[in-house]
Amino acid sequence: MREKLETLAKPRPLLDRKGWAAFLAIGFVLIVLVPLLNMLPARGSLLHLSDYLIPLLGKYACYAILALSLDLVWGYAGILSLGHGAFFALGGYAMGMYLMRQIGTRGVYGHPELPDFMVFLNWKELPWYWAGFDSFPFAMLMVLLAPGILALVLGWFAFRSRVTGVYISIVTQAMTFALLLAFFRNDMGFGGNNGLTDFKDILGFPIQSQDTRLGLYVASVIALGLCFLLCRFVTQSKLGRVLLAVRDAESRVRFLGYSPTSAKLFAFVLSALLAGVAGALYVPQVGIINPGEFSPANSIEVAIWVAVGGRGTLYGAILGGVAINLVKTWLTGAAPELWLFVLGGLFIASTLLFPKGIVGLVGQFRAWRDEKKAFALSDKAAAEKGAE
Amino acid sequence: MRPAMPAPSPLLQPATAGLAPDVIDKVRVSDTQLYLDGVSVSFDGFRAINNLALMVAPGELRTIIGPNGAGKTTMMDIITGKTKPDSGEVLFAGRIDLTKLDEVAIANLGIGRKFQKPTVFENLTVFENFELALKSARGAWKTLAGRLNSEALDRIVWALDTVGLETRVEDIAGSLSHGQKQWLEIGMLLVQDTQLILLDEPVAGMTDAETKQTAELILTLKGERTLVVVEHDMEFVRDLGARVTVLHEGSVLSEGTVDHVQNDPRVIEVYLGR
Repeated sequence: MREKLETLAKPRPLLDRKGWAAFLAIGFVLIVLVPLLNMLPARGSLLHLSDYLIPLLGKYACYAILALSLDLVWGYAGILSLGHGAFFALGGYAMGMYLMRQIGTRGVYGHPELPDFMVFLNWKELPWYWAGFDSFPFAMLMVLLAPGILALVLGWFAFRSRVTGVYISIVTQAMTFALLLAFFRNDMGFGGNNGLTDFKDILGFPIQSQDTRLGLYVASVIALGLCFLLCRFVTQSKLGRVLLAVRDAESRVRFLGYSPTSAKLFAFVLSALLAGVAGALYVPQVGIINPGEFSPANSIEVAIWVAVGGRGTLYGAILGGVAINLVKTWLTGAAPELWLFVLGGLFIASTLLFPKGIVGLVGQFRAWRDEKKAFALSDKAAAEKGAE
Repeated sequence: MRPAMPAPSPLLQPATAGLAPDVIDKVRVSDTQLYLDGVSVSFDGFRAINNLALMVAPGELRTIIGPNGAGKTTMMDIITGKTKPDSGEVLFAGRIDLTKLDEVAIANLGIGRKFQKPTVFENLTVFENFELALKSARGAWKTLAGRLNSEALDRIVWALDTVGLETRVEDIAGSLSHGQKQWLEIGMLLVQDTQLILLDEPVAGMTDAETKQTAELILTLKGERTLVVVEHDMEFVRDLGARVTVLHEGSVLSEGTVDHVQNDPRVIEVYLGR
């Protein structure tokens, strides 16, 4: 008994042997093979991966990080945030502000310091909150701080007041909607309706060049891998079990002496940080950030990715984020009027037919097969009994 | 060989020194483990608890009975901080005002509770349920790096043996039977190393044999821990042989030995109707 408990009590590995093999294999394909297939084969050859696919894949990696971050709070802590797009957008804006400051005199108005939209609005000097964004390390700090502090403040008030279930969903949804309206205003100083765009370079590299795009793509994939391992680290720890316990029986956790508030706050803030990183990697690859990223519909879509992929598994969220966006890319080109119906249909189907998502289908199929077998056996037994 | 019971941490001894000898029923408040006086609480005008007074000594085993709606569960809610009383005093170890604390702080003082409906973490294994219950650092960062030491494992081994769940240790708690879930929850209180254990109907849904075993377990804890047991099963209450408090309409109707309360005409009237 004692030996058995000792094995059970060992710290859990981040991934098992099979998991590491899959992780490294996928990493190799995405980080080595994909860039090589883009760079080496001649253009037009069958093996050549065309240039436009690279930022597209990079974008998917960012969406996957966003889905992962939502799965950490929804799948493990039971907080269905319908405002994760806001954290993503805040990270994106922080990166966008850095990129705007890199334009320098190359803007339409050629002002050495002010971005074009400020010149257009007749602003004379840079607002105080733009200070420091010409420095990359400062901007990266803001990529983490802006979503992190928002999540900390909102989460602290909400979790301390025991706001749970649909109410927390509504609160987060209201938060992203409020930010949407705020960022639409020109006098906020974030470019209003048009947002931030027309970026020139990042860390001195021209943002439109294929090499930079490859670099950003590889950075996004590496970030995805690291975020995944970080989430695994949390979910494999005792804190991960506390989070599951909070998800399933929050009040019981209190009577054991754990504060659900601090556990949830930890997960919520960490999740917001990851979403911010995703947004920061996303913006240079798509070349624009505007208030549309705050739209409530965006955040709801993220919840659908996670639900369809499979909650509480982490890799399911990644799979859902990538798979649905693949379908979206294809369908919005082939039959744009169908897309929203397909998205809604997928959500309904996942709720009714495969509640554990795509990754749960295998288990669901096995259970169905076993059940069928058991019925067949009992029918046979009944038939034999009848014959006697 | 059965694993030995790990030495429980010493009972939080009430501080008697320097306090005024506030004699109520010959017991000083400061000598009690649990002290309730003049406690009342209403829900939408309904008085669930009405001027309730209760004193439990350190290491005492107390059983509480009473018809449905007598306020037994509400009393537990008040002690554990789930419900705040409208008025009255609730003291732990004669000096800690429980009405000022929330559930988490009260649990960390060493007050554990088993719910009427067994509440275990169904998606975690039996082992993981014990792991969470273990007395250890509770903060988010501390749990992130949480490890089990040898003493903690001893405690789990003992609890598993005591509640007889060794063979189910790796199973998901949701797959346990109703009675096993009750045992798991009791086991969790054992590893939690609590000073005061509140058991709300611990033998509901148990077989007769399981009920007997539970009574034996509770009797072994008596003296080491302070226990308050709410139960309907009179045979079980008789097996425990402890002082019985009868609650009715939110206050104490009668108190004494099992025979005393069973022969108390007021108790008979309440149970059999007028």
